[in-house]
Amino acid sequence: MSSTTAASGPGTSSLKPVYVYEAPVRIWHWTHAISIIVLSITGYLIANPLPALHGEASNHFMMGYIRMIHFIAGYVFAIGFAVRIYWAFVGNRFSRELFIPPVWSREWRGHLMHKIKFNLFLTRKMEKTVAHNPLAQVAMWFFNVLVGLFMVVSGFALYGEGLGVGSWADRWFGWLIPMMGSSMEVKMWHTLGMWLLIVFAIIHIYMAVRSDIMGRESCVSTIIGGWRYWKDDQP
Amino acid sequence: MAVHETLYEVMRQHGITRRSFLKFCSLTAAGLGMGPEFAGKLAHALETKPRTPVIWLHGLECTCCTESFIRSGNPLAGDVILSMISLDYDDTLMAAAGHQAEELLEQTIEKYDGQYVLACEGNPPLNEDGMYCIQGGIPYVEKLKHMADHCKAIVAWGSCASWGCVQAAKPNPTRAVPIHKVIRDKPIVKVPGCPPIAEVMTGVLTYMIAFDRLPPLDRQGRPLMFYSQRLHDKCYRRPHFDAGQFVERFDDEGARKGYCLYKVGCKGPTTYNACSTVEWNDGLSWPVKSGHGCIGCAENDFWDKGSFYSAVTTAGFSAGAEATADKVGGVLAGAAAIGVAAHAAASVVSHMTGKQSEESSNG
Ligand code: HEM
Ligand code: SF4
Ligand code: SF4
Repeated sequence: MSSTTAASGPGTSSLKPVYVYEAPVRIWHWTHAISIIVLSITGYLIANPLPALHGEASNHFMMGYIRMIHFIAGYVFAIGFAVRIYWAFVGNRFSRELFIPPVWSREWRGHLMHKIKFNLFLTRKMEKTVAHNPLAQVAMWFFNVLVGLFMVVSGFALYGEGLGVGSWADRWFGWLIPMMGSSMEVKMWHTLGMWLLIVFAIIHIYMAVRSDIMGRESCVSTIIGGWRYWKDDQP
Repeated sequence: MAVHETLYEVMRQHGITRRSFLKFCSLTAAGLGMGPEFAGKLAHALETKPRTPVIWLHGLECTCCTESFIRSGNPLAGDVILSMISLDYDDTLMAAAGHQAEELLEQTIEKYDGQYVLACEGNPPLNEDGMYCIQGGIPYVEKLKHMADHCKAIVAWGSCASWGCVQAAKPNPTRAVPIHKVIRDKPIVKVPGCPPIAEVMTGVLTYMIAFDRLPPLDRQGRPLMFYSQRLHDKCYRRPHFDAGQFVERFDDEGARKGYCLYKVGCKGPTTYNACSTVEWNDGLSWPVKSGHGCIGCAENDFWDKGSFYSAVTTAGFSAGAEATADKVGGVLAGAAAIGVAAHAAASVVSHMTGKQSEESSNG
């Protein structure tokens, strides 16, 4: 153990830590996570409102506030997403992994198969990964990029219904409604998208904590501090 | 009948006074959401332009559009419009019948080729070569195509002609399809609703025949003046929605107080129509005003969207078991949680046995 090098941090390996997640990526990760939590809670309450409040309507604005929080969090989610896409162009090489899993690379596909086998307990050998492991990358690409993008487009299409015909949201995203049939369908898939994100979150958190405990590299601390540390010296 | 005859002349021949005519023009201008100066323009157009004939066809339908139309809240509008359209062809409303009636169609094509408006109520079934709807010995779909070939524009009345409606609901045994699935080369104005509101119908038709152009339409071909907002956007119960005051059951306190009907299935938030502004029966009432949610009759496939008493759709999952997005999602999330727990347990076991084998191989 070479605790003499300043950058080696809490790792027990002499391998050099790698700076994987730059600050914008880390900030995005956490605003993204928080906005998903807020959007899911408020979204669920829009579809299944709380028990009725009594008294004068003018004394309450319950549903109004819930929707308002949903829309603000929706903006955070969408703008964060846009900034994150921008960062994929200017950031380090790891910042692009989320958007383009290198399916054309034979080596990458080999790692993917290995990771699947590993998670199915078919092999015990753990491979080291610097950024996302290939399996996580595929899951991220589907759930974060595709579902996330769909949530933004469908969310703003619905938002455009409230802003009205001809509003910017209607002009940019309103085409989704006739494409999917009607606004009821859009709401249904918007809600289903929420559940897919929840499923992703459950698995994602489990996998992250698991590889922190059992893996050969740091994971949770990496998305907080940015550095990937190694726990042993083997390749 | 001279081709240059104006609508004003036709109305006068039907005993409508100039005073009534002008009243009709200002009422229609108001109904279309135009300013007062528009009434004069409308009157001028009707007085000077040669009239546009209207052919009204009926396919698979319940005729509720015609029923709504002839009950136009404003009797004046009804009279005026009826005098305009009964001139040409409408098999429900006209006096002629049989061969005589069918001949009128050919005469119109001869005289007004490319000039008449084709108003379609109901829709054509396509299965068995269209024989689920036969008129004058030929399938309706052929009659429709023939008349559409020579028309200027099409008005698709009601949800049948616009979307398909009940006869096109799953499993749609006759394969009934909306007009735009059969006619692709003519402009189509959709006026959905089951039925559409009478004032909406007369307004759209008057605009088209007076100004000889289509009203401004949305992406799906519906006139913006009546279909640009959801009922929910103009509902008088909206303050209760925003406050979070809902009817939970039809006999509860909230129902008596007139709270929002969202939780008992109101489709106002997803339905584009003019019910919450124009209302029904001469502005007397509309469903929400009488305490029942909207069932979304003006929307695409509203019969296939699950219960009228639940605001969430079951569409897309109705193949076997009925399920909503929340049920499907809940099951998925539950499965993920169980899967994760099982995987965690297996990981611990695998880790421990892994250690043991390492130890035994070391030792
Ligand atoms: C993680 C992302 C999101 C989740 C989990 C989510 C969840 C939900 C849910 C469950 C609903 C209720 C649907 C229903 O009534 O059946 C909803 C409605 C809605 N969402 Fe989202 N949403 C997300 C992103 C967005 C975004 C980015 C916007 C854009 C501003 C947005 C705007 C809306 C609007 C306008 C509604 C309809 C509100 C209403 O009917 O009053 N959502 N959302
Ligand atoms: S009653 Fe229906 S249309 Fe009116 S506010 Fe409630 S949900 Fe909207
Ligand atoms: S309230 Fe809804 S269901 Fe009733 S007529 Fe209007 S659009 Fe159709």
